[in-house]
Order: sequence, then structure tokens, then C-alpha cells
Amino acid sequence: MGRYFGRKLAIYALTFFVAVTINWLIPRFMPGDPVSRMVARAGMQTPEGVAAMREYYSSLFGFDVPVWQQYLNFWGGLLTGDLGVSLWAFPQPVSSIIVAAVPYTLGLLIPAILLSWWAGNKFGAYAARKKVLDNTVLPIWYVLTATPYMWLAILLAWALGKVAGLFPVGRTFSASLRPEWSWVFVTDLVSHWFLPFLSLFLVAFGGWAIGMRNMVIYELESDYAHYLGALGAPGKLVRRYAFRNAMLPQITGLALQLGVIVGGAVVTEIVFDYRGLGYLVLEAIKSSDFFLLQGIFLFIVIGVLVANFIIDVVYVLVDPRTRAGMGGGA
Amino acid sequence: MLHVDDLRVHYRTLRGDVRALDGVSFSVADREIMGLVGESGSGKTTLGKSLIRLDGRMRHVGGTVTLDGTELPIGDDGRMNAFRFNDVSIVPQYAMSAMNPTRRIGTMIRELVTSRGIRFDTVRSELDRRLDLVGLDREVLDRYPIELSGGMKQRMVMVISTLLNPKLLVADEVTSALDVSTQRAVALALAGFRDRDLVHAMIVITHDVSLVYQIADTILVMYAGKLAEKAPTDVIVERPLHPYTRALIAALPEVGVQYAGKRLTGIPGGPPSLRPPPPGCRFRDRCPVAFDRCAEQPPFVEVEPGHSVACWRAS
Amino acid sequence: MSDDPSATKDAFTASGTGREALFFARRNRKLVGGGVVVLVFLLVALTGPWFTTDDPLAYVGPPGAGPSGEFWFGTTTFGQDVLAQFVHGLRATFFVGTVAALIAGVLGMVVGFTAGYRGGLVDEVLTMITNVVLVLPVLAVLMIIAAYLEVRNIEVQALIIGLFSWPWVARAVRAQTLSLRAREFVDLARLSGAPVRRIVFREIAPNMASYLFMVFILLFGGSVLFAATLDFIGLGPTDGVSLGLMLNHAKQWSAMDLGMWWWFVPPGLGITSVVGALYIMNVGLDEVFNPKLRET
Repeated sequence: MGRYFGRKLAIYALTFFVAVTINWLIPRFMPGDPVSRMVARAGMQTPEGVAAMREYYSSLFGFDVPVWQQYLNFWGGLLTGDLGVSLWAFPQPVSSIIVAAVPYTLGLLIPAILLSWWAGNKFGAYAARKKVLDNTVLPIWYVLTATPYMWLAILLAWALGKVAGLFPVGRTFSASLRPEWSWVFVTDLVSHWFLPFLSLFLVAFGGWAIGMRNMVIYELESDYAHYLGALGAPGKLVRRYAFRNAMLPQITGLALQLGVIVGGAVVTEIVFDYRGLGYLVLEAIKSSDFFLLQGIFLFIVIGVLVANFIIDVVYVLVDPRTRAGMGGGA
Repeated sequence: MLHVDDLRVHYRTLRGDVRALDGVSFSVADREIMGLVGESGSGKTTLGKSLIRLDGRMRHVGGTVTLDGTELPIGDDGRMNAFRFNDVSIVPQYAMSAMNPTRRIGTMIRELVTSRGIRFDTVRSELDRRLDLVGLDREVLDRYPIELSGGMKQRMVMVISTLLNPKLLVADEVTSALDVSTQRAVALALAGFRDRDLVHAMIVITHDVSLVYQIADTILVMYAGKLAEKAPTDVIVERPLHPYTRALIAALPEVGVQYAGKRLTGIPGGPPSLRPPPPGCRFRDRCPVAFDRCAEQPPFVEVEPGHSVACWRAS
Repeated sequence: MSDDPSATKDAFTASGTGREALFFARRNRKLVGGGVVVLVFLLVALTGPWFTTDDPLAYVGPPGAGPSGEFWFGTTTFGQDVLAQFVHGLRATFFVGTVAALIAGVLGMVVGFTAGYRGGLVDEVLTMITNVVLVLPVLAVLMIIAAYLEVRNIEVQALIIGLFSWPWVARAVRAQTLSLRAREFVDLARLSGAPVRRIVFREIAPNMASYLFMVFILLFGGSVLFAATLDFIGLGPTDGVSLGLMLNHAKQWSAMDLGMWWWFVPPGLGITSVVGALYIMNVGLDEVFNPKLRET
């Protein structure tokens, strides 16, 4: 078991190292001079402004020292939580802007991921044993998982928000309100939250349901299921075993899908002007705020790695084979 | 006492039915261990499955199976359930993966037994005795299947399958996944169940004549969905009448020595298609002694007490 | 199931498996239905641009008009023909999907084959790399790279998507190679002194052909969705159109608020139909090649 976690942690540490290195390398490897490009994009009109910006960026990138020291400085800054200063919201530090936005994104992501996973597993297992349901519902699930997150978000926002007027579209809470623990504010927050949540939930749900349905069918064809059947065990017991065992690959699948769902949350937030990380991504791209964009990148990587580790722990708790010290491999 | 009478089981495929069992009749007496021998595709596994649970593509076309005077509803999966485990049981060829990998073995047995309407307490002490019998620690019940070796899993499955003292046990290729030294131990453990009268009759399906020679009282040879020969073990080994049986025995380097080849090396060719089978004796094309009469299917007849054969040359 | 009677059929019909697969393929409603949808869209993507304007961004009609006889899919706020953008965008979608899937497929196959076939230290290193790229959130990486690219076109987009989408393929191919390597026919080939390259391409690859085709479909679908996402957040091609860019423009110019559904429905519907139809085809293919799943 120690070996299992050791291996996993080594991979995560290496991944983090690679991500940070990518973050450091890309601005330096791209064709052209990143400083003049940034200055050009910032669209400064006066020569003094251009000069000031040029100096500012050069010192931020740390181009006045050798490359290896630039790299070490980059790590140094990172480890002290210094991700630079945002241009979009100048002069706020990138880290504080991100920290303020993260709760909203997590508030969308965590319920959407957990509920879609849970419901998808339940429905998928159910469909696996009802032939009629399977044939009607399976194509719908496939279409759902093929839907781009932002398109479903746009459709929901338009149909349920604009046309039917059931939910507000835009922002995290009404501009007239201030965050507080009041009934008015909380209901406002939830009504703004619901559509982005639903849109994330639906797309992810299709994928989980398909995965579970296929896994259960596979498990029902496995040797232990046949043996129990030959000994006259009722279908209920066999299905219970199949469901439990089919959950294991679904847990692994959760880890693999995290990146995609986070991407889905980014575009969904953009559709709804929801003020989480996705909104920051859009603003950062629009205003060429590379520090902010890179900071968000690192935050997403860290978040995905932490989530991966949590899933590993859960997996060990659920699969006795890893606990028995046998499944030390990947 | 098991009677199988003119049993016909077909496999459904798109290009017509495969007559995997084409009119099979034989009996197994109480306390008899019958070895069932044949090549891949001879129908021996189909026969084993027919006695306990047809798989999805199999269809019971005709014939009856009677166990101690009661006809088994082998074509009716639901009604057959009452007989499974209690009266008929199986040690499957996939014993290595027959147990749910994510349940402790003891928990799985408890849930299985409870699901059949039997209180676990009532079989608990018997379960412990059986574990002692096959030489397994009682604490294996607290372990997961992955923690057991191949031989241990095999013996564990034997204990589970025979827990309710079935009248008939079908053991399907029980040793093919094991190494030579374990094979013998498992074979003897099987015989032990019969000797202690925990199982009334037993059918041991194998492609390995030398294995059944050690434990079987009689041997039934199948070829291409039909019976070729049945006789007491020593008769089959010393005085086989059917040319196919002779080829099988001749392929043994020495009786009692491990024989690993699955194909008949001595006879070129393979079994005919059973979709539908050719007329006449099915072994005709590979038979060294075939003659005109073999264009007609030879009946499976008793040539001396306890010795039946389906060959024109023998009768 | 050594005793399965269907095993005997191979002895007398050598070409049986291929013909049987074709038979089931034609009969499979999921495969045929999905295939028809994909083909129709592909045809529209290939021939559509001939029938519409060459420049889908040109201002050709009245601003913000709904679907009409002249402009079947209506026009944008600026009077651009939505249908013209749609058919050009569809072309970009097929291009990105195909190229990215080919790059990722080849990369994944090479890494997976090599790791599975060579084993040892090579395997350790390649598996480590695979696992690292696997946990990296692909979209976030693509976002950073695309943001720093000054000029973006669909070729570069396809390339970067392909370069980061291969790990799961490598993993699956490695596992398959490991299991195939253990089989008899490969041993036979090795004993007869055949070079590694030949064993891989003559013996192992054909056995995985159907599997790789399904992998390609999944990669295609994933790449199309990645591309659409990048386009939507404003990191799409800086010239030309794509379905994702159409959604980006529709959102940017408040098509939702203006009720211009004809602007944002077609691009999303195009992506969903093509990818969804491919996924359903995949299920059909699985049923064709995996007899256990056939509905007989």
C-alpha cells in the first residue's frame, strides 16, 4: 500500500514539476520577444508608457539574469505564492484574484461532478438490465456526452433563462446585492447557480451512465457471475456484486475525466458570466493578461492533482485488492 | 442415479444450429465417478453445462435428464434454479476467477447460502470441516480470492460447490489451470468427496485421459456431439474398441504419466462441422479402419456388460 | 471456453470472421444509422463551400435576419451568412478531428507498442511519461500554449491537440500488446527469427485493427470537443471560421439576449451530431467485433 501511494505521489510530483516547467518555458520558447509582444498587445499609446511597461515586464520575467537562475527564481516566486501582478485588474496580485474566484468554481464543480457521477452510475446500472430502457435511453446519453459543454449551457440559458424566464442569466448573484447570510442573497445565489450546474451535470451524466452500463454488462458476463448463476444465486445478488465491481473502474474514470470537466466548467462559466475561474480565463485572454492566465493554469493543475490523490485514497478504501497489498501497480 | 436419455442441445448461430449434443444417452450410478473425455468441440463441456445451466446461446431441443427419479427441467432456467447447488453442482473450469474478487470469501459464501434461503449458521460448522478435509486453513474465509494460490482457489471452489452435498457434481477441466503436482492433489481431493459420500455421483470432464485414469470408475468418450464409447476405466485403457478411443489411448506415452497435448497428434484432421453434421459415422474421415458401412451412423450399443460403443467394426 | 462449438467453424471457413463481421456490420442499426449521419455531414462539409460564398466572413445580407429562402440559416448581427459559416466551420471540424486523432493515434500507438513490446526500463520510462501527461489537465495546457501563439490556424490547433491527447491510447495499446505478446502466434514468429518490426506490423497490428479504429473515433470526438472549447474561449484560429468560433461570436455579440437562435443552434448541433453519431457508431462496431454483445 505504501508502494502504491509512493508511486502515485511520485507521478503527481513529476506532473507538477512538468506543469511549472511548461509554464516557465512557453513564454520563452514562443517565436518573438514576449516582452514586446505583451507591450504591443497592451496597446499603450505613449512612448513613456511603452518604456515603463517594457521595463516592468523585463524585470518580471527576470531576463537580466542567466537562464538557470531565471528558472530557479520562477520556482522561488511560486513557492512563496507570488504569481505576479494581474494586468487586467492592475495592480492586484494574481494569487488573490484567483483565490477570490476559486470558491465559485468549486461550488459549481464539486456538486456537478459528484451528483452526475452518482446519478449516472445508478441510471447506467438500471439501464443495463432493462433492455427496452437501454435501447431508448442509450442514444440520448451518447448525444449528451457528445454535446459541447458551452452549447448546452447556451441552449439552457436561452431556453430556460431568456425565453422562459425561469432563471436569471449572467453573474454569480444580482449586481444589486452584497454577499451576506440572508435569505434574499442565498436564494439569489442559488438561482444564478442552478443553470450552470445543470448544464455541467447533464453532459457529465451521459458519460457516467454509459460507462456504468457497459461495465455492468461486462461484469455480468464475468466468471464469478456465471458461477453464482450456476449455483442458483438469484439475479439480485449477482447484480449487486456486478454493480459494486463496476464502480471501481468508474472511480478511476472520475480521475481521468477531471481535466475535461474542469474545461467544461470554464466554458460554462463564460456562457453565464459566472464569476469563477472561467470568467477570469476569458478576461485574461481578452486583455492578454498572461500572468493571470498562467496563474489559473497552475491552480487548475494543482486542483486536479489534489483531486486525483483524493480519488486514489478513496479507491484504496473501496478496492480490497489494493489494501491486500497485491495491486501495487498503476 | 443419473439417467440421460437422447439429450439434444443446439447452439444457435446465424448460419443455423450447431448440434453440439446430438442424441446422447448414458447413466451414472451412485458413487460412480465418470470421466468424460473428448477433444475441443466434442460436446463435453456442452454436456456438462446442460446438466446445470445452459448458457444464453444453448437451446434444449429434446431428450430428458433424470436424477434419482426426478426429471430435471434443464430447458427452464427458472425452475432449474431449485435443483442447482442443492442437487446438481459444478466445479467450473474457470475456478481461478470463479469467486468475486472484491468480497471476502467467507462473506461471499454467507451471501450465496443466504440467498438460497439457507441460514449460514446451519452450514458454518460443516464448512469448517470441509476446509480441513481439503487442507485449507479456516482463516481463508477472511481473505480475498487474490490472496490465495491457484491450488487453494481450486480447492476453495470445490468446497463451495459441494457444501450442500449435491447428488451430482460436474467437474469441468478442474486441473487444466494447475501445475502438475497440484493437479494430482486436486484430483484426489475430488475422489475424497465421493469416498466420504458428500457427493453421490460425479462427472469429471477433461481432455486429459491420464487424469481420469487416476480417479474415474468409468470413462465416456465423446466425439463430435455423439458418444463414442463408454466402459470401466481399465477396459477403456486396456481394451478400447472404438478407433477414436484407441487413438486417444495410443497418444498417451504411458498411462499415469502427464499428457499435455490437446490435439490428437496421431490422427490428421479435425472434427467435422456440426452445422449440420455430415451423415454417417462422424469419425469416418479420420478413421484408419473406415469401410462402406460407415456411411450409416453406427448405434451406441452395449457389446458386453458395462461396455458400450458406437462403431460398426466393434459390434 | 475450449469446448465452444463455434471454435470448430474456423477450421473449415478461413475467411469466416471477416465475412461474418461484414454481415453483422450491415445489420447493425447503430453502425449504419451513425454512419449515415456522419457521411451526410461530411458531404455537406466537403461540397457545401462550393454552393455558398467563398468568404464566410463577408457581409452579404441584412444584419440579424432570421432564416429565410435566401439565407437558410439566417444572418449574424453583421449580416454574415450563418449557413456559409456553418459549412466552412464543419470542414474545419472534420479537419481538426481527423488530423489531431491521427497524430494522437500514431503517438499513442508507438509509445504503447514500444512500452508493451520492449518491456523493462523502456517500459518504465514510457509508462511514467504517459502517466504524467495523463494527469495533466489537457485543456489547461492547450489554453496556455494557444494563448502565447500569435498566429493560430487550424493546422496548429490540430497539432497541439494531437500532441496532448495520446496518453490513454498509449495505455490501452500497451495493455493490449502485453496480452497479445503472450499469445502463441507471436512466439512462433519470434522463434522463426522475424524482426521486431515485422512481428509488430504483421502479427500484432492486424489483430488490433478493429480496436484501433474505435480508438480513432474516440480521439476524433475528443479532439473536436477540445477544439470547440478552445475556439469558444477565444483561442481559436485567428483567421477563418470554425463551429466553436461561431459559438464564440454568438456569445460575444449577445445572440442569446437578442433571441438570434439561428446563430448559436446550428454550430452546436453540428458538433453534437457528428460526435454523437460517431460515438453511436462506436457502440455498433463494438457489437460487430465483440460477439458477446450481439443481440441475437
